[in-house]
Amino acid sequence: MRVVVIGAGIIGAACALALVERGAEVVVVDRLGVAGETSSRCEGNLLVSDKAPGPEAALAIASNAMWRTLAGRLDADRRDGQPATEFEAKGGIVVAFPGGEAALERFAAAQRATGIRAETLDAAALASAEPHLSPEVAHAVRYPDDAQVQPSNATQALLAAAMRHGARLVVAEVTGPIGGPGRIAGVRTATGAIPADVVVNCAGPWSAEVASRLGARLDIRPRRGVILVTTPMPQRVFHKVYDSDYVGAVGSGDAALQTSIVVESTPGGTVLIGSSRERVGFDDRPGVAPAGAIAAKAVRLFPFLERTILLRSYFGFRPYAPDHLPVIGPDPEIAGLVHATGHEGAGIGLAPATAELVAHAVLDAPTDLDPTPFLPTRDGLRETA
Amino acid sequence: MTHVAILGGGPAGLAAAQGALAAGARVSLLDEGDRLGGQFWRHHERLTDPRLQHGWHRFERLRDALARGDARVHVGASVWSAEATDLGVRLRAVVGAADADARTAVDVEADAVVVATGAHDLALPVPGWTLPGVTTAGAAQALAKRDGVAVGRRTVVSGAGPFLLPVAQSLALVGSDVVGVLEASRITALAAGWLPRPWELAGKAGEFLQYAGGLARHRIPYRTGSGVVRVLGDERVEGVVVAALDADWHPIVGTEREVACDAVALGHGFAPRLEAALALGCDLRGDHRGRFVVVDDAQRTTTAQVFAAGEVTGIAGADAALAEGAVAGFLAAGGALGDPRLRGPVTARRRARAFARRLERAHGIRPGWTAWVDDATIVCRCEAVTRRAIAERADVPLRAMRLATRAGLGPCQGRTCGRAVEAIVAEAGGAPASVGFDRRPVLAPVRIGEVAALAATDPAT
Repeated sequence: MRVVVIGAGIIGAACALALVERGAEVVVVDRLGVAGETSSRCEGNLLVSDKAPGPEAALAIASNAMWRTLAGRLDADRRDGQPATEFEAKGGIVVAFPGGEAALERFAAAQRATGIRAETLDAAALASAEPHLSPEVAHAVRYPDDAQVQPSNATQALLAAAMRHGARLVVAEVTGPIGGPGRIAGVRTATGAIPADVVVNCAGPWSAEVASRLGARLDIRPRRGVILVTTPMPQRVFHKVYDSDYVGAVGSGDAALQTSIVVESTPGGTVLIGSSRERVGFDDRPGVAPAGAIAAKAVRLFPFLERTILLRSYFGFRPYAPDHLPVIGPDPEIAGLVHATGHEGAGIGLAPATAELVAHAVLDAPTDLDPTPFLPTRDGLRETA
Repeated sequence: MTHVAILGGGPAGLAAAQGALAAGARVSLLDEGDRLGGQFWRHHERLTDPRLQHGWHRFERLRDALARGDARVHVGASVWSAEATDLGVRLRAVVGAADADARTAVDVEADAVVVATGAHDLALPVPGWTLPGVTTAGAAQALAKRDGVAVGRRTVVSGAGPFLLPVAQSLALVGSDVVGVLEASRITALAAGWLPRPWELAGKAGEFLQYAGGLARHRIPYRTGSGVVRVLGDERVEGVVVAALDADWHPIVGTEREVACDAVALGHGFAPRLEAALALGCDLRGDHRGRFVVVDDAQRTTTAQVFAAGEVTGIAGADAALAEGAVAGFLAAGGALGDPRLRGPVTARRRARAFARRLERAHGIRPGWTAWVDDATIVCRCEAVTRRAIAERADVPLRAMRLATRAGLGPCQGRTCGRAVEAIVAEAGGAPASVGFDRRPVLAPVRIGEVAALAATDPAT
């Protein structure tokens, strides 16, 4: 079985590794190379704290557990010059300002019922966990399972592991399909054709364009997110710390600028502040408005940030589906085409579980995960496609 | 009345201000330095030795024109954001010392902008260049010119280009013993650049001879086809290894010799400061060997109402910057290129551009320099990233390489190392990048609180 994986971001790299380890011959095709776009332009969140009960929460819980062994394996196997994944199970703390306590506690209670660990912190516990947090904070819940990786490095490690197992990387842009209507037999690229039994579309925000070039229809759109990075400093933020006002923001279809704040330290000593959400197509000039909004909320969480120097900012495009669920499984109209995309801001965290579902779809590999909610045939996707 | 914003108070920016005022516009000029003049006319009211200034009267005339005209000048202004809007441009800056308790926010909305952000000097990595006592030639020059301070008692000046001559002269005048000026380009390249059509050079040849005479007076040897290929020392600079370089700047084996010194000034050329132009959406030309803002004969960039002048459009020196600035400012204010008042600048610009081509032919960086950098040499100084680490990741996209190695992610954001890193990536077989390290959405370091203040005032948030 030969599989072409389109996209060398975190989803494509994870799928390549899962497929090649289960015996497939894998060719990864990307127009830039490994981690050239979204996976090098995000925060590397492996979160359960932001998931409301539902199918994505179930996928996130499973994937979070898978990352723990996967990251260890990738770091143990790495070769000269290859960076570590920087996996860190630091845990997350979601905080509410006065007035938001009840909503946060209700959300946490519903999460506990689905198996997410969510511990309410009293004032003393919070002060010891995050001593520099604003005294204004009224309520806090700790999520011990929230973790992070350096997403670009993790993607590079995943693809390197896949290539050690025999996967190949072709740097070229996909221009069209091989094969007639209703059935795909490989892809054409700017540098030549690559025949395959199955083609997996892991092109992230560009998956709608890729699908269309392959003769398929898929409603995946880009959502822009801006992230701020400070100069390095002695560590003063110890967990991933979020403002609970993000509850509700992830799923919103509103085009206007929204923010859900996460503040955290990185191994390099910088503080990472994310993130905004805007539906503005592939507009690559965010201007200052998102940075201003993020900065204001970050300073409210950690007042010391007021005088901290902003060193740089970056942005990326996140792929989202109309119903804000990942799209994983066979295309309903084109045999041999499988999609794995639409992970919005959660692709890094959901990559290992997504790869398992793709291995299930392509090779019929066994899985305990339920593929149904994510299938491209689902109503939530077709209604607006 | 047209409002023209000008980014930069060096020769190009000052000439642009004068041009815009002459065409009847109102001007806002922002510069990060404490005083107008840029790098070329860097000075201190009391400490600067007047013998180190060139064309000072021109500077005074430009400064006076600003003072007389309808102009607001913001010095000490860090412009951290530049946006092209439907109505023109919007610039955001903070004014005040970096460690000041409170700095003032300056928000400039203008109908047009002239980007005259200049260049900073470029030092290629050399083994040992992180030792105390090594500076860029520009830093040595700035300390001498502004503060009257010499970087060392015995200094070796090494690199490429005519700029090394005034640096050596300045060092000598502030009391340093300059052991030698080492020019990487060979005499054949220099001849190919400098000798043809000598009538075009007019004043330039005179300037060069004046400096050469200055070196002779101070008994400073000037060697071509030669360069520092290693800096020696444990705690600080104790000497250098000098080697002969071939036409490609490859060190020639067997020619190495040690020279004792306590300071090294390295200057291999200039790198334009492109981040503001990029933030404004301007197209660039060139590749990792040199990228510049694309402009037409009217100094217009590819973004409406955005003009560019000076070193950001090509390294051509102060005369070119003055001419381009005059055109850019006049046009940005709505003036016409055919206006008789522009006849002088347009002629001067043509001559200056020819000079820029000569400079590149004579002194342009050649690819062989990477041969004097060994695997363990630190290329990105902020994050201590070695050549080996960069070369090993050359096969991934530039962004992924940076995140994997941390090259260019430190405080200077690749301003110092960007070009060297790209050259090493290219040599190791990496794919060329279109923009490289120059895209910096935060144009200058700014406090989170100063960014947060936008949210309180900006309806967009």
